[in-house]
Amino acid sequence: MVGRALNTLKVVIIGAGPAGVRAAQTLVAAGVRPTVIDEGRRAGGQIYRRQPDNFTRSPETLYGTEASRAQGIHDTFDGLVDQIDYLPETLVWNISDGRVFAVSEKRETTIEYDALIICSGATDRLMPVKGWDMAGVYSLGGSQVALKSQAVSIGQRVIFMGTGPLLYLVASQYLKAGAGVVAVLDTSSFIKRVVAAPKLMSAPDALINGLKFTLALKAAGVPVLTGIRPLEITGDADSGVSGLIFETGAGERHEIKGDAVAMGYHLRPETQLADLTRCEFAFDEKSHLWYPKVDEDGRATTANVYLAGDGARILGARAAEVSGKLTALACLKDAGVSVSDNEIMALRQDMAGWKRFAAGLREAFPWPAEQAAKLPDETVVCRCEAITAGELRRTVNAMGAKEANRAKAFSRVGMGRCQGRYCALAGAEIIAAAAGIPVSEAGRLRGQAPVKPLPICIEDDEAAAAISTVRELTK
Amino acid sequence: MAPRFYRLAETGRKVVNLTLDGQPVAALEGDTLMVALLSAHGHLRRSEFGDGPRAGFCLMGACQDCWVWTEDGERLRSCSTAVSDGLNIRTNPPEVSWSDVL
Amino acid sequence: MSQSVNNQSDVIIIGGGLMGASAAFFLRQRNRSVTLLETGLIGQQASGVNFGNVRRQGRPLFQLPLAGRASPIWRNMNALLGEDVEYIQSGHMRVCYRERAELADSFETYAREARQYGLDLEILSGNALRQKFPFLGPDVYAGSYSATDGHANPRLAAPAFGRAAARLGGNICENTEVVRAEKDGVDFRVTAKDGRVFKAPVLLVTAGAWANALSEQFGEPVPLTPRGPNMSVTEPVPYTLMPTVGVSTPLEIETVYFRQIPRGNIIIGGSTRAASYPDIRRAYVKPENTLTQLREIRRLVPALGRLNIIRTWSGIEGYMPDSLPAMGPSGTTSGLYYAFGFSGSGFQVGPAVGDVMAELIDEGATTTPIEMYDIRRLKPVVV
Repeated sequence: MVGRALNTLKVVIIGAGPAGVRAAQTLVAAGVRPTVIDEGRRAGGQIYRRQPDNFTRSPETLYGTEASRAQGIHDTFDGLVDQIDYLPETLVWNISDGRVFAVSEKRETTIEYDALIICSGATDRLMPVKGWDMAGVYSLGGSQVALKSQAVSIGQRVIFMGTGPLLYLVASQYLKAGAGVVAVLDTSSFIKRVVAAPKLMSAPDALINGLKFTLALKAAGVPVLTGIRPLEITGDADSGVSGLIFETGAGERHEIKGDAVAMGYHLRPETQLADLTRCEFAFDEKSHLWYPKVDEDGRATTANVYLAGDGARILGARAAEVSGKLTALACLKDAGVSVSDNEIMALRQDMAGWKRFAAGLREAFPWPAEQAAKLPDETVVCRCEAITAGELRRTVNAMGAKEANRAKAFSRVGMGRCQGRYCALAGAEIIAAAAGIPVSEAGRLRGQAPVKPLPICIEDDEAAAAISTVRELTK
Repeated sequence: MAPRFYRLAETGRKVVNLTLDGQPVAALEGDTLMVALLSAHGHLRRSEFGDGPRAGFCLMGACQDCWVWTEDGERLRSCSTAVSDGLNIRTNPPEVSWSDVL
Repeated sequence: MSQSVNNQSDVIIIGGGLMGASAAFFLRQRNRSVTLLETGLIGQQASGVNFGNVRRQGRPLFQLPLAGRASPIWRNMNALLGEDVEYIQSGHMRVCYRERAELADSFETYAREARQYGLDLEILSGNALRQKFPFLGPDVYAGSYSATDGHANPRLAAPAFGRAAARLGGNICENTEVVRAEKDGVDFRVTAKDGRVFKAPVLLVTAGAWANALSEQFGEPVPLTPRGPNMSVTEPVPYTLMPTVGVSTPLEIETVYFRQIPRGNIIIGGSTRAASYPDIRRAYVKPENTLTQLREIRRLVPALGRLNIIRTWSGIEGYMPDSLPAMGPSGTTSGLYYAFGFSGSGFQVGPAVGDVMAELIDEGATTTPIEMYDIRRLKPVVV
């Protein structure tokens, strides 16, 4: 990569959320014309997802306190479109030998790169609960998408359950938009928030916003309970969700009625693409997450691969902007461009602040790993394949599978359409609990292409040419 | 069956007409297929493995729980497909006529 | 029970794939004490990542007795092992394209000859073919249908043999990498990476792509090529494609095959195999091979174009230059036996290989002809 003329340097950025947009902006400013590949119809990512063109709500309605940041990202990207190669609605489904394999409209586009910046973002982190496979249960992030990008509510009486800042944000957004919010049930105890307060003070405005959301919910008479444990989402197979049974911190059992549940336990990184570049991963004991290894500026262990945003570390949208810039600078530096060390130092410092804040969030809203061992055997763990906790435990106890990929091979947990996005983390906790080993020893599911379903009717000129060449040769 | 999704705003859009299991569904321009279907109906499909109806989960193209069939046997991920006039959707797989495509 | 107590047995088996695991099981049935050493986990490599075809047709005629010996084992496997390996006898269809219509004649000849080995095949073309298999594409010209072939789940079969062998008292050692094997007087002495030493008067090498490292230590190097299968699987759809179907063609890129499991997923294999890396125990799917495979599967069954694949995989296989295994006694060392190099067509015969090797080791002879697999036929690679 070193010594290449900048206008011939082929940098591919995957993802057009805050990290990808800032990375693209940084590269363009240096004279590089990057290719930006994004699954979305419009840039912005999940957090600053835009509504369709014919919708009329204001940015303030859509993004609340983050309106100016959202607009900043959108405006920046719109200003870059002529200086980048932009492939929207395009899925990168595999990466191999310095090429990304992408599909759009059932057509293959294969793109070579000198450097690859992956900004693949995050999805909701889920812990199963009995009944979560019923119609009417949605991820918290999904519930927010329904409102933000489509102006709909997932139900008339929505129960918000889980933990993390998104729980309060989405519930208050629903309330403000006029949706019925039945209750906010948080598995984290309030005391954890008090203990984490000093770290959360690294982003005082974010902390204050969080408190405002809670106050607004309480002012509207929405019960906000902390330290709960969900026992079962009730309902029936035909009509879906009808309520939720939970236990309070004091051990009392309650049932509340509702026709929808929005649930999530903070976020998990989308790391399949990094995995396909054969990056090394490391287990983070504090969050119980496997992260690709990166250096301070976002370099992965695979040469010429860079990781930015929540796909690299769950640090939030504002940190994603910073890390997008930082990895782009690292990439430029590796290409032999002289970049400002002062700027790099300043960005690293910003990142340190966000890491401290994220540590506070992690402590305030911990992943409820201990729930995994208590899930009743009949609880569906893998929604795609409808495999229960009992079946997974049987593969551990009767078949000796104490590792996630082995348990997947035997039980099909993580083998379905979502590739384990929504069951792998809880699955590993269940395996670990059943085997009596630390969850790190249960390992992580290896990424397998395609990262999302790939149409068999995909058209590809190279494949067609390869086949006809072989046929010609043998005539 | 009662609808699952409820519109809170942006209701002044142009109507787009779809069919779901043979019944007409009036959607709005700009709807995703998933929002269009669930604003009229309680679910999108049935789990292949017998644990009941499904109505999507993540709405962001990650969980793959919202794939529906068209009458012609095509597959659509409803959360990331924009509605268009005349779409004919099934919550159950259609009887595949293998020779139709030959 | 500690390993030090257990390090002496009648037979040591190196390599816990389907061949090694089933040999361990059948040796235990014959009351021979067995130690099975596996670098990783049982059935994790070629035995676990292959297509899962339980087919006799298409094999060389001289292999049909071995394949025939496997059939009743597959049919009774759930009872034999006490676990479901998802075997179904759903039929197997081998087809050729119009541009290779001459293959239809070879199907006829094969069917005639195979009948003598108890394999009944039905040759179909024209309307009969379309009526029975309406999903086949217009390029398909003729086919050979075997009603008594089928498929099973490769992820389950070898581990089920391993667990059954362990239940019968076999000493199954996973995560045990062998670094050296030598004959020390009467006994073979096998040393693991962690220093453990195992001894037995009989050694059976069933180490697949890794076998050469061992056979070489006994002066019998073999030209094994490590490769990786090109596999995909679709989302689950209604179960309508009962038989396994594969294309017969001299061109590897055209060679695709598929099977649907009752849960609904359709498993697709073939088109092109990629390199694999036994030294790091990894294999990678090459996306360009996925793309040619999808193109070729559309030619075989156009309607599959409506579906999506949700996962691809590969693994480590060891191929022989003549596509035949090394199976039988060593040419240099008494008490040493081999059974490896089956890749490409090993899954169906696997349980019979274990059964035959157990018979051979226990009784000194086998009723199934295996002399064509003698390791001495193979010339070492000249470097």
